[in-house]
Amino acid sequence: MTLLTEAPAPRAEKKTHQIRSKRNRREHRMGWLFVGPFGIVFLAFLVAPLGYALYLSLFQKKLVGGTSFVFLDNYTKAFTDPSFLSGSWFVIRFALVAIPLQIVVALAMALILDAVTSLFTRFSRLMIFLPYAIPTVIGAVMWGFLYSRSFGPLTDVFGLFGATAPDFLGSNLIFYGLLNIVTWQWAGYYMIILYAALQGIDPTLYEAARMDGAGRWQVAVRIKIPLITPALILILVFSLIGTLQFFNEPQILRYLAAGTIGADFTPNMYAYQQAFSLANFNYGSAISFALGGVVFVCVYAFLFFTRKRRSFL
Amino acid sequence: MADRTHAHAHRRPQRHLPLQILLGFLVVYFLVPFWWVVVNSSKDAPGLFGGGNTLWFGDQVDYLGNLQQLFTYDGGIYARWILNSTLYALAGGVGATVLAVMAGYGFAKYRFAARRFSFAVVLGALMVPATALVIPTFIMFSRLGLTNTIWAVILPSLLNPFGVYLMHVYARDAVPDEILDAARVDGAGEVRTFLQVALPLMRPAVVTVLLLSAVASWNNYFLPLAMLSDNRLFPVTVGLGLWQGVASANNSGSTSLWSLIILGALVSVIPLIVAFFGLQRYWRGGLSVGGLR
Repeated sequence: MTLLTEAPAPRAEKKTHQIRSKRNRREHRMGWLFVGPFGIVFLAFLVAPLGYALYLSLFQKKLVGGTSFVFLDNYTKAFTDPSFLSGSWFVIRFALVAIPLQIVVALAMALILDAVTSLFTRFSRLMIFLPYAIPTVIGAVMWGFLYSRSFGPLTDVFGLFGATAPDFLGSNLIFYGLLNIVTWQWAGYYMIILYAALQGIDPTLYEAARMDGAGRWQVAVRIKIPLITPALILILVFSLIGTLQFFNEPQILRYLAAGTIGADFTPNMYAYQQAFSLANFNYGSAISFALGGVVFVCVYAFLFFTRKRRSFL
Repeated sequence: MADRTHAHAHRRPQRHLPLQILLGFLVVYFLVPFWWVVVNSSKDAPGLFGGGNTLWFGDQVDYLGNLQQLFTYDGGIYARWILNSTLYALAGGVGATVLAVMAGYGFAKYRFAARRFSFAVVLGALMVPATALVIPTFIMFSRLGLTNTIWAVILPSLLNPFGVYLMHVYARDAVPDEILDAARVDGAGEVRTFLQVALPLMRPAVVTVLLLSAVASWNNYFLPLAMLSDNRLFPVTVGLGLWQGVASANNSGSTSLWSLIILGALVSVIPLIVAFFGLQRYWRGGLSVGGLR
């Protein structure tokens, strides 16, 4: 669990490892028998595709001369390709706003639900979590309807005040339109994770703090939030991975927001277009691999820098 | 002590009206899309586009008629999509869970060669975005002639590193070595020890992993979108996306398709909502297990 933090553990484990393996040589075999089936799937559907993507990304297919080895040309092409760069820039901007927003909303809701107990809060907890059970595609379809000016409620609501409805599918507001969908979809899930962590805190700590004269706000900020830091890091990692591979929602809204969301709106959509619309598998693989690599490095670096905080890994 | 605080809190119920009102607003926000879908799936195409209140029922409330249309449109393709989704979710979910439970138990309870290294690799895999794997997997499968078959969707869903991580944490904490050793001394083999002693102890985590992997398969969009071209194999997510594209492309001729999409969205979320609420006590325990200590 504390892979990145646990310094003394390996030594102790090594000792038991030696003693035990002497006592029971069968353990090696049995261990691999249990792990093996997963290992095969892991090699076939994670290691092999990654390796294959890397391999493919080093080639280019030309109309004349067939496929040739071009080493890193696809990557230099990607990092000077305006489509890839604008998509990446959008995803980075989006992540910088969406991730803090989701976490703050989720944390606030979790703290409220942890502090106030009533039938209504129990009901609220389930209702707030409900969007997680909705496929992201269906969530995007639902919000697409709500944003729609022809049959969504925005026209009515704004019409009451004599105002024109904002067009969340237009190029000016699509950022906020997507931000709203993502927050709606995931805040409840993150809230449940944080809530579970808050419920795991020993309540005697609050009693002690109250005797020392701490108010509710201070208890929340000084005790609750620091104690659930591992859970916060976990959801930060989840949201980072999810946001950087943004695909489903913009892909679905593309149909409704014709002209606003292009085929190169996010790097993942661009890779999809290259591979499946243009049959340009080498370049598509390069974009996929670059994206995967960037996500991996970002998340790993993040975990490395927060490892002192008892990260979840 | 803990019990006393609990009793204390019960004796003086804390109301916090402003916070509850704030929660009320949040609940409304989270439910608005559902409400819109529930209301508007009762309308026919003229009711949908003919103005009127979009957040309230129209003159005609015709769920049955719309349902009949939904399930008969295009030779009943929608029912097929739902069945496909169910198959992918069950096969992918059960398969991924079996593999994850075995691997998590193996990592937690056996000291074998390269264990630490292998486990570190699995944890590293948590950080690889799933969509980065779709394009190369597609090309591999097309070489093997597996694209556009159910296996193209089921096989990649068997990979669930997060499930292995969850099971590892749970098996390590909830299955004491002493019990396993006692079973071995009594002459039980390793497999029997696992099935009859360890597995019952791990049940809450098994249900959680099963639910999470089944939901992940049910919700999957990018993988089936890339792998499948025959719409008779589509899961409901890809199918509704297809309808959405058709309906938007010729927004005059196919207004009736919109009411099918709305009702289709509603019907497709019901099984998951039922599963989540029905199995609530399991996954809530499982999520707190999620190594969040």
